[in-house]
Parts: sequence; structure tokens; C-alpha cells
Amino acid sequence: MLCQMCKKRTATVHLTDLLKDEKHERHLCEECASAEGVAVKQNVSLNDVLNSFLASQSSVQAMAHLKCPECGITFMEFRNQGLLGCPHDYDAFEQPLEALIARAQDGHVRHAGKSPGQVIEVDPVQQERQRLQRELREAVQCEDYEQAAKLRDRLEELKRP
Amino acid sequence: MTIDDLLQSSGEWLAGGGPMGDVVISSRVRLARNVEGFPFLSRATAEQRRNIEQLLFQAIHACDFGRQTFYVNIEKSEPVDRQLLVERHLISRQHADGEGCRGVAISPTETLSLMINEEDHLRMQVLRRGMNLDEAWNEIMLVDRTLEPAVDFAFHKQYGYLTACPTNVGTGLRVSVMLHLPALKLTNELEKMFRAARDMRLAVRGLYGEGTEAIGDFFQVSNQITLGQSEEEILDSFKMNVIPSIVNYERQARTMLKTDKSAALQDRVWRALGLLQNARAISTDEALYLLSHLRLGIVLECVKHIDLQTISELFIATQSAHLQKRSGHLLDDQGRSVARAELIRDRLARYRPGEN
Repeated sequence: MLCQMCKKRTATVHLTDLLKDEKHERHLCEECASAEGVAVKQNVSLNDVLNSFLASQSSVQAMAHLKCPECGITFMEFRNQGLLGCPHDYDAFEQPLEALIARAQDGHVRHAGKSPGQVIEVDPVQQERQRLQRELREAVQCEDYEQAAKLRDRLEELKRP
Repeated sequence: MTIDDLLQSSGEWLAGGGPMGDVVISSRVRLARNVEGFPFLSRATAEQRRNIEQLLFQAIHACDFGRQTFYVNIEKSEPVDRQLLVERHLISRQHADGEGCRGVAISPTETLSLMINEEDHLRMQVLRRGMNLDEAWNEIMLVDRTLEPAVDFAFHKQYGYLTACPTNVGTGLRVSVMLHLPALKLTNELEKMFRAARDMRLAVRGLYGEGTEAIGDFFQVSNQITLGQSEEEILDSFKMNVIPSIVNYERQARTMLKTDKSAALQDRVWRALGLLQNARAISTDEALYLLSHLRLGIVLECVKHIDLQTISELFIATQSAHLQKRSGHLLDDQGRSVARAELIRDRLARYRPGEN
């Protein structure tokens, strides 16, 4: 069977999605599946499978008991509707939520942006200068001296008040 | 100012043009915020929703930019008015279709809209035409900076700004750039671009965001990661990397079409114009599809006698709610198709054939 996405490679990953109680089958090759965000793991040992099974069992039990003391939402309710009940849930659901956030946010679990009261502004001229400098470096690397000369002239123009 | 006044103008960004305007339709930044001391909306009582609306409404109207905005009570608005705001990208479809006390404050130029009680308590968004994330960002920072001393936003030392859905947590920043990619579509290169975008953890959606199809070759590219990267890093990846390279691909594909497939391109563009100038009934999808090809023809100077702004305005004016507001009464599907065809013929009437 050919992959439904690229229609070139053989489909080795078979997915069944449940959408509104309807089954949708998809047959993909490994590359398209991983592009779709479906991880394909090879050579899984029985030990790994058992361990992850046990871990999921105990965490399922732990999750079932998690409940936010402020708004009363349980972790399972949150999982079902996809939306949290109140800001305190972020502390109440600790580990399981952190794991879920890591999955949704490409492994990140810590804010790296601005805090309240902090202002970040971009200076378009400064930005343009950075862009030109980067392009100039690239032009020199590619030995495109004609382009490099043009970029240098534009950088000079920016320096003038 | 009221919703009806919106019909008279095409808004700063709807008129088209702007940096990289041949490919980039608009740039948008959005920040999600919630008020400390209240539950998120799925758990809020009707009274809490009202209190949140009051509190945010007052905070907005207490500052300079806020006094210039006009407020629309979405809960009490007619469906056609809500739809009109969706078509102009001033509110999300979710906000239009939602329930309970909710509203939106809109600036007269339509570049700023502040949705109250959408998925989060406050969603601020700024739009600019063309590729102009810097200006959009600076305007939204001005709004954020003005509101922050007045409203206590829920903030967590580890997770940053807290949101109802963990996919927005951290910066609460969603950057979306709307692109017109007809040449990549015609040369079957879109899939390659989408794959590259997905590798960079970006979402590619249709004209009206989440769950909408890409009609008329318009695509919205937006970030999916809101945590663990600073606002500047998120913006930079769009400005330095993602958008310039997609724009480059599209321009290359356009040049290729113009040089190697000139006859086929000319045929497609002029057929589109012929249909638009003569059709007596036309659906939204068909109109978008044909306008998209005509737009490509204008940008590539196959069609020289029609200006881009006329086309940009038609993209919005031919949408369902806009047609119905203009005609003054509700129209069924067929009535809309007829009214749409009439409007397009009228706008294109002064461009008679054989003038190229």
C-alpha cells in the first residue's frame, strides 16, 4: 500500500483517528507520519513497553485524583474539554500538566519572555541594519561582491542621521 | 462609530499594499491575557463574566487609545453583524459563535481589536497590511503597557502569562502572516512549503484561521510554540527566516510561470477576468478563486489596467455578510450569488476589455 500523503513510499504506519465517534483510517509512510507529528519508534524492547505501561497506569491513577482546590476541575475533565478551569490549575496539576505542556510546546516548560511591567520594543532601523549585516556576510561568503557592495552602500546610508 | 460605518471604509490593512505586498496580505500579532482573581471562562459564572467584561471595558476606556475605540456587544449583536466582523478579521469565528457576555473594542482604523471573553478574558490583536510585524508589535506593546498597570494579569513564575488552553501559555503571543501563494499552488510546490513550515513548528491554515480551508490560494502561517521562546525570538523567526523564504519561493514560481508558461498563465488570468466581468451568479469560493488568479495577473503585469486595491476591496466586499449589509436585507444563497456577481461586474465595469 502506498502512503496516502506522498503517494510515493510504502505505508508502514497505520493510524485510526476517532473523530466524533467516526473511525478514520490513515496509512502513511514513516517520513510523512513523523511530519504529521506521529513518532515512530523502532526496536522497542519488551522492557520499555512494560515500563511505560506501568508508568501510565500509575500516572492515570494519580491523575484521576488530581483536582483543583480553587475551581474544582479535575485533571480528567480538563483533558476532555481541553481548557483549564482557573489559573491555579497550573499548580494543582503539577507533573501531568507539565508533561502535557512539554509535549504541546516542543519540550519547553519555562517562560522565556517578558514579565508584567516589562516592555519590549523593536527599532525598525536597528532591525534593518541587522538584516543587511547578515545578508552582507552571506554575500561575502558566496563571493557575490556586486551584491555585497550594494549592501555595504545601504548600510552606510543607514548610518547617516 | 458603529458597525455600519465599517462598510464605508476598507480599513487600513484591507486596502492592500504594504511591504512585500505582492505576496504578503497582512501581518497580525495577538496576545492572550487573563485577569487575576477570576476563573477561566469555561468555569466562570454569568456574573463573573459580566464582572470581567466591566473591568476590562473600563480599563480600556480609561486610556487614550481606548477612548478612540468603539465597542460592540457581541452577545447582543445580530448574526450578520458578527459575521461581518469575522469577515474583516476583527473577531474570531469562535468569538462570533460563542455564548454569554462578550464584546470587542475596535479602533477606527481597524488595526486594533480587543476581544473580551473569547477563549481567554482578553485577546488583543493588531493588524497591518503587508509584511510589517515591527509596527504591529510596537502598537500591541503600547496597548499592553497601558493596560498592565490598570489590570492584574494572571502570571506564573514558571509558565509566564497563564491562558485557558496550555497551547497559548507563556508569551500568549500568536503571530500570523497571511500569504497569497497562487504560483506555488499552480506549480504544485505548496506541499514542500507546508512540510518546511511544520518542521519549524508552524501551523498553516486557511483564510479565516483554525479549521478553515485554504480557498483562493490564501494561507495563514502562525507559530504554535508560545513557551520557552521570547517574544523577540518568535517575531524574529518570522521576519528573518520563515516569511522571506516563502516569499522568495513564491516569487521564483511566479517568474517561472511568466517566462516558461506565459501562454497558460495569460489564459488563466484573462479567463478569470472574463468570468468576473460577465457572470450573473457566483459563489464565495468561485469568486475568491477567480479574484486570486486576477490578482496574480495584476501583480505580474499581465493585466495592467486594473489596480490592486480594487481587487483587495472585492475580496472583502464579496463576502456574505458584507453583501447582505450592503443590500440592506438578508439574502439566501442564491440571492447572495446574484448580488455578488452584480457587485463584481459593477466594480470592474470601468475596466473594459481590450484596454491592455
